[in-house]
Amino acid sequence: MSSSASSPNDGRTDREPAKRAFAEEFADATELFQESDDERAPKYAVLPTGQRANRMFAVGALLEAENLAKSGDDEYWQARVVDPTGTFFVYAGQYQPEAMAALRSIEPPEYVAVVGKPRSYENDNGEVLMSLTPESITVVPEAARDHWVVETADHTIARFDEFAEGPGISPDADRAREAYGDDIEEYEVAAKEALAQVADIELAEDETDAE
Amino acid sequence: MSVTDTSQSIEEQFQNNVGIEVDSDEVEQRVSTLVDEYMVPEDEARRSVVTYLLDEYDIERDTFYAQSGSGNDLVACGDIDKPELWIDVRAEVVQLWEPKSDSIAQVGLLADESGTVKFVSWATSDLPELDEGEAYALENVVTDEFEGKYSVKLNKTTDIEHLDEEINTDNDDYGSESVTSEGALVAIRPGSGLIKRCTRDDCTRVLNDGRCSEHGEVEGEFDMRIKGVLDDGQEAEPVIFDLEATEDITGWSLEKATDAAMDALDTSVVADEFRSMLVGRYYEIDGPEIGEYHLVNDCEEIGEDVAFEADAARLLNEHFGAEIA
Repeated sequence: MSSSASSPNDGRTDREPAKRAFAEEFADATELFQESDDERAPKYAVLPTGQRANRMFAVGALLEAENLAKSGDDEYWQARVVDPTGTFFVYAGQYQPEAMAALRSIEPPEYVAVVGKPRSYENDNGEVLMSLTPESITVVPEAARDHWVVETADHTIARFDEFAEGPGISPDADRAREAYGDDIEEYEVAAKEALAQVADIELAEDETDAE
Repeated sequence: MSVTDTSQSIEEQFQNNVGIEVDSDEVEQRVSTLVDEYMVPEDEARRSVVTYLLDEYDIERDTFYAQSGSGNDLVACGDIDKPELWIDVRAEVVQLWEPKSDSIAQVGLLADESGTVKFVSWATSDLPELDEGEAYALENVVTDEFEGKYSVKLNKTTDIEHLDEEINTDNDDYGSESVTSEGALVAIRPGSGLIKRCTRDDCTRVLNDGRCSEHGEVEGEFDMRIKGVLDDGQEAEPVIFDLEATEDITGWSLEKATDAAMDALDTSVVADEFRSMLVGRYYEIDGPEIGEYHLVNDCEEIGEDVAFEADAARLLNEHFGAEIA
């Protein structure tokens, strides 16, 4: 948070882009991998439509933010950020002071943008759940939300089209195929419904026979 | 850069320009005294020793420097890879930047087909002004290095000749044209917001806790910038907003930022404000790509006039041919 120090990593170009995926797809991206055994090697979530994500950019409505810590413990915040397809769970603790400060001060509901790292955790029932560890949470205008939905639908469709070309198209698509199987149509449908929402168009009843 | 290299380049310059063999032990001794004992920057030390030698050998300054053009190597912008060499350059001034200090007369970017290099012309050198978009032969400039990036410094002895020919500036570092990028601003990096720059000589280096890496503890001068990351989901691009672009996008003047920092007794409040103001929003930026950075000349937030409904409908139509109820 200091504005005066400049780190030796300034301007490095190998920064991972923040991937765009709807909450529904992100929630299913439970397969994580690292390219080396080094603990600090980047950790990637495999999106079911066949790309890796080391960082996500998500925009949606912040509907709830609460401090889960019992009194006396360090603060630990959970936030629900909702897009047209589902919910991103965002957890911020002492190592995310900036995001935590934002969650303390924002009064839901409000459109927010979250830049964060994908993490997985197992709940008491043994289910693997996905969450975002935020680098930033900021209030944004509705236009940014609409922009994100259109962009995310576009990227999702592009991934879908590539994936549909079949096995061997890319190592990450093969990873996804192996981890989750071939059936990714729900993500394409989700993209379509999200677009329809922004376009303010009602889809026909039989929309599921698209393409 | 070592004392030995500086000394050798002085010896070579005397050998080449006026055919005089100077006493190399003496030269090295003098350079070393200035640099190691008196902590004088090497180009200053060099100047001082050359002046001493001119006096000592009774050489007319003009005679000495009149010869100098032929004594230097003509080096292409992209080939400059050592500091503190005296060289000649033929290049086009592709950009002039706002000098951050009164001691700088001009600062900007030179380009030829091999690449680009920053140049600085000091106020004290009193040189003719260079014009943007014009090509020049610059004789007797000194190379410098900072954080792995090279620049050339013009000086009193630099000979500037305007060239009528055009210089091809198409290279990997610099297309002479401005480039547009779109994306979400996903991060504002350390070193953004209200910063202080060293005002010693022509330095302009950003201070770290009041210290300049070259000049140590200095008072410095306030400046604003944003080092950000523009991300379109495929690529994360480092971008830099200079003072003007920062004022433009934030609506904050340097004065307002300085006041805010004074009130909070902390300069970091400015970067924090900028983060909550800008991060997570979409921008279209326009400006040259220099090295790994995309410099921002113009920046606009995408959203106010954009019909996302229409975009969404078009995508629906393209990909699904969706029947509309």
